[in-house]
Amino acid sequence: MIAVIQFPGSNDDRDMLFAMKTILGAEASLIWHQETVLPAKTEIVLLPGGFSYGDYLRCGAMARFSPVMGAVQRFADAGGFVLGTCNGFQVLCESGLLPGILLRNRKLHFLCQNTAVRVERSDTIFTSRTKPGEVLWIPIKHGEGAYYADTKQMQRLEDNGQILLRYCDAEGSVTEDANPNGSLHNIAGIVNERGNVFGLMPHPEHAVEEGIGGTDGLKILGSLLDAALARRKA
Amino acid sequence: MKATICVTLKPDVLDPQGQAIQKACGTLGYGQVSQVRQGKFFEIDLDAPNPEAAKRLLGEIAEKLLSNRIIENYRILSIE
Repeated sequence: MIAVIQFPGSNDDRDMLFAMKTILGAEASLIWHQETVLPAKTEIVLLPGGFSYGDYLRCGAMARFSPVMGAVQRFADAGGFVLGTCNGFQVLCESGLLPGILLRNRKLHFLCQNTAVRVERSDTIFTSRTKPGEVLWIPIKHGEGAYYADTKQMQRLEDNGQILLRYCDAEGSVTEDANPNGSLHNIAGIVNERGNVFGLMPHPEHAVEEGIGGTDGLKILGSLLDAALARRKA
Repeated sequence: MKATICVTLKPDVLDPQGQAIQKACGTLGYGQVSQVRQGKFFEIDLDAPNPEAAKRLLGEIAEKLLSNRIIENYRILSIE
């Protein structure tokens, strides 16, 4: 069972539900932010994109205080699988479930475009359906997606192999030109040290059908689903 | 009691909004402006027995909520 958290101002919650339920055939429900516990059968928590609480103060800063986030924190602490896209990534950073923060895009533009990202590791629960070095095309749509952390933290992310996706060109080269928003080290997505919490700015739920943007997003969402099914059998 | 707090970006954090404002100053003819850093300013009413207690409380609030200490510093400007 997949819990898609719905904050006031979330706007990709239904797309996430569509990707998981209709496309991948998983059991998934929307969970309102006022809930203080997750459904007992929850195997995956998804934090969707959008503008939770109107992005007041800082993106994701207010959502952190939602009643449901206590339950999400406990779920993650117990090793549950958590994935946050876009605003969901910002919420994970503000909550301390992931290190760093997402800053305003370098050139201030709101970006809405299909973007190439290179898979850095495929030996994780979020990328098992990919190959290392594979280029995925997944849309981004954000005004504040420039990943930032201090030098020490950046070193730790690199040393631990916590960077799973980097912005790249069509050939998979990680270059400054291919960095749309000014993220440090071209970071598009990072995982926590334990490997059960993943945040990314691209929207895999928007790349799930041939004909409208391709299906590269399913490689990420499908990997996560595989991991949940494997854990269920274990 | 009334207090004011300002939150500013740490010096090594890029501030593209500040840069855009600095450029706008130039466009308006104020070429003297060489740098702008944008921050946030809070006016807060609170109950506290004395300024020291207020300062302690405001420090906690600024740490936990008003600023993100990865990128920002805060200063309590006044308590009266």
